[in-house]
Amino acid sequence: MGSGTWILALLVLQSVFDGIYGLEQEVNHRTERISGSAGDVLEDDPVGRLKVFVYELPSKYNKKILHKDPRCLNHMFAAEIYMNRFLLSSPVRTLNPEEADWFYAPVYTTCDLTPNGLPLPFKSPRMMRSAIELISTNWPYWNRTEGADHFFVVPHDFGACFHYQEEKAIERGILHLLKRATLVQTFGQRNHVCLKDGSITIPPYAPPQKMQTHLIPPDTPRSIFVYFRGLFYDVGNDPEGGYYARGARASVWENFKNNPLFDISTDHPTTYYEDMQRAVFCLCPLGWAPWSPRLVEAVVFGCIPVVIADDIVLPFADAIPWEEIGVFVAEEDVPKLDTILTSIPIEVILRKQRLLANPSMKQAMLFPQPAQPGDAFHQILNGLARKLPHDEGVYLKPGQKILNWTAGPVGDLKPW
Amino acid sequence: MKQPEVQHPNRRTYNATATATAFRTLPTAGAALDGGGGAVAGDGAPLKPLSVFFSPAVHVLCCLLSAAAGFRFSRLLFLLLFSPAPPSSTLHLHRHHLHLLRQPPAAVLPSPPPPELPPPPPPPPTIAASGRVVAGRHGIRVRPLPHPDPAEVARAHEILSRVQQEQRLQYGVKESRPILVVTPTYARTFQALHLTGLAHSLMLVPHPLTWLVVEAGGVSNETSALLARSRLPVIHLAFNEKMPVLWNDRHRFEARMRLHALGVIRERRLDGIVVFADDSNIHSMELFDEIQKVEWMGALSVGILAHPGAPQTTSRRQERETQKNSPLPIQGPACNSSGQLIGWHTFDSLPYAKKAAATVGDGMTVVPTKLEWAGFVMNSRLLWKEAEGKPDWVRDLEEVATSGEEVQSPLDMLKDASSVEPIGNCGKKVLLWWLRAEARSDSKFPARWVIDPPLEIVVPAKRTPWPEAPPDLPFKQMANDKSLVEKRVSKKGRSSRSKRSSRSKKKREPHADTRISDLQEE
Repeated sequence: MGSGTWILALLVLQSVFDGIYGLEQEVNHRTERISGSAGDVLEDDPVGRLKVFVYELPSKYNKKILHKDPRCLNHMFAAEIYMNRFLLSSPVRTLNPEEADWFYAPVYTTCDLTPNGLPLPFKSPRMMRSAIELISTNWPYWNRTEGADHFFVVPHDFGACFHYQEEKAIERGILHLLKRATLVQTFGQRNHVCLKDGSITIPPYAPPQKMQTHLIPPDTPRSIFVYFRGLFYDVGNDPEGGYYARGARASVWENFKNNPLFDISTDHPTTYYEDMQRAVFCLCPLGWAPWSPRLVEAVVFGCIPVVIADDIVLPFADAIPWEEIGVFVAEEDVPKLDTILTSIPIEVILRKQRLLANPSMKQAMLFPQPAQPGDAFHQILNGLARKLPHDEGVYLKPGQKILNWTAGPVGDLKPW
Repeated sequence: MKQPEVQHPNRRTYNATATATAFRTLPTAGAALDGGGGAVAGDGAPLKPLSVFFSPAVHVLCCLLSAAAGFRFSRLLFLLLFSPAPPSSTLHLHRHHLHLLRQPPAAVLPSPPPPELPPPPPPPPTIAASGRVVAGRHGIRVRPLPHPDPAEVARAHEILSRVQQEQRLQYGVKESRPILVVTPTYARTFQALHLTGLAHSLMLVPHPLTWLVVEAGGVSNETSALLARSRLPVIHLAFNEKMPVLWNDRHRFEARMRLHALGVIRERRLDGIVVFADDSNIHSMELFDEIQKVEWMGALSVGILAHPGAPQTTSRRQERETQKNSPLPIQGPACNSSGQLIGWHTFDSLPYAKKAAATVGDGMTVVPTKLEWAGFVMNSRLLWKEAEGKPDWVRDLEEVATSGEEVQSPLDMLKDASSVEPIGNCGKKVLLWWLRAEARSDSKFPARWVIDPPLEIVVPAKRTPWPEAPPDLPFKQMANDKSLVEKRVSKKGRSSRSKRSSRSKKKREPHADTRISDLQEE
């Protein structure tokens, strides 16, 4: 009896000590696992969970466009090009369309650039329409589902609304032919015409090598409280302010231009990336569209993103719990931004930094060449895999037609 | 990096299309007016009463009024004045063709003043589920007093320091070993300069440290005052002999002072890493992080700032030559490509043979010894009589002290110098700089750099709007003036020249200038 109680006491003591030791280890941990509403899915491997068939479109839809303007490889809409390249050589690709779960048509709709490098979307609807006509006549898979098991990458400002100006984009709406398809796009805003249910929001392309070369030692103390570089007023297009960024950026400037805690300006410093690594908070306000590469840069450099864009939908929102990682400030609360940021409890800030330090978080925001496990390409495939199996509404009954091929503005119907 | 803004979804300059086309009345934000979010999607009904404001007549009227007033005010003002409907009704603004006001106004629409400070700080705000966010024109919200609140600034700094502390914990040195800093010093003119700089450097070191200050000539008030200001744990040791005046003697003397400090470490069994920080040297903060890696004895690279004390009289060509041939000399460990210690870079004093300073403060170049103490750090357990794990390649301190031989550098305390660990990326990184800058040994300075009793002399400055000299300044005081000026100038140590300079300068320049010009003459 006596020895039994001794053994029991020893076991209890041991577990207590183990517990304490485990807790200590936890506290000193540099990062934390990230799990969003879909669970702990950032590190899932899509291989084996889905099969993608890539249509072989004539090169006028992809290669020739890129050849005409290779700048498309470096701007923030380059995800469409790199996604195509990734899929062509990925193990999820299948050459047998009968066994494919998803179909992909590589159309580079965002590669018609002005001399300044900005994409013009005026021909994009026609290009997309022409590509869809092609795949619907040459393969039976489009008509089988009217595109419900197809996905397209549309990284432009307002996604498949194909316009850079918001009012015009809302007017156009999503291209009618893409009504049933899954859209992989950077634009995301709740209750907005240009974001349809079931879309996968992705981060804009940011050059991974360039960011790698600007890394500074992680023990460099973070001494900037809030950091932002960019325009506050778009003098060329909106001189009085009020349209650009819905007045939010102008509000940031007017309220905090003299505040020593805010390092904000329209400068173009060469040390932009290094400065972000020395800042605790990085502002990511909306511009003409709610998304920006700043979010990607902030995550890669460990700076807590302060998202000022009402109703924005951030990339991979089901896999990444953005509320725990970033700070969301309503546009009407911008005048109180300093109060909001300084009143965040320090443990919360440290936890956010730990989450940001998680390498799988940074990897999920990048499009590295060649692709690496856990990167944005894989997150897109994971997102597509999570939508499987397709439900019965996807497959049309024989003779059923949903899409109206003549819908949309007349200009769109012209052949491309 | 190219400004991302340029690549941002920007409106292209589509002037013709935008301004010319009439906009449909799309739902736009009333949010600006009431600070709330909601706006109704574009139905026709609420627009009817407002459509009168968009008639061309009103438009023309507003344009003329704006032209007259000199700034653009929007028809919104009319709406605010006349509209009975609650501000959440939709409204739409045409883009004005006349943009009279180039700069955006600070507050286009007067927003209701938000509360100055919210009472209890809200948790990170969640996005309001209510209401759509609408495109179009919004106001720019500015709070009435955009000044930073000092309490918030203080909190921000607390956040920053806590974040930096966490960074240090995670990426910096995991466990801080205590540091024992050994400094030989003595009271002289430049002591305040050197010791203050060293004290400030040591105050910044994030590791626990003990400062052993050995003072030649006994413990003095000067030194004690300087050390007390640093608020560091100090062990102030007296070394009851006067510091010699010749540099060679002084180097040996300092070595003896350091050995005395090492003896104290031994007898009190102080634990930590011993750093030889001379008071005039300059230390980088990385040094103190780097030495945490030392196991028993480490060597690091020291940059030697051997500079001439006074402007050289040698020709400029000679100077350029010497500068070309000898970059900044570095003392320290020499490693082979696999990172092992193979030898030492020592100081070559041949080029300085003729120019080397002999006496302290004589204005010539001060040269260091071959291997300065500052370039070595050691674990204090090497000095203890009994310490576990103490290597056998180190000689016992007692034995070194009583042997009577001269200890020129810590290497003399070792039987075998090959086990010294090179630190600072195998000596490639210079972590501290050796410098000697001293005034003449007979130069004087006010005690503790406090002017007490206060100055009594009033000398009229030359360029003042007041008259030259007050008529009641007695001639006697002028005589006093002369002698005091002389005394003060002599504190600079230029007694031979002071009479000449003071007499010539007293008439022409204010008192302060005298000293400055004296310095320039040196």
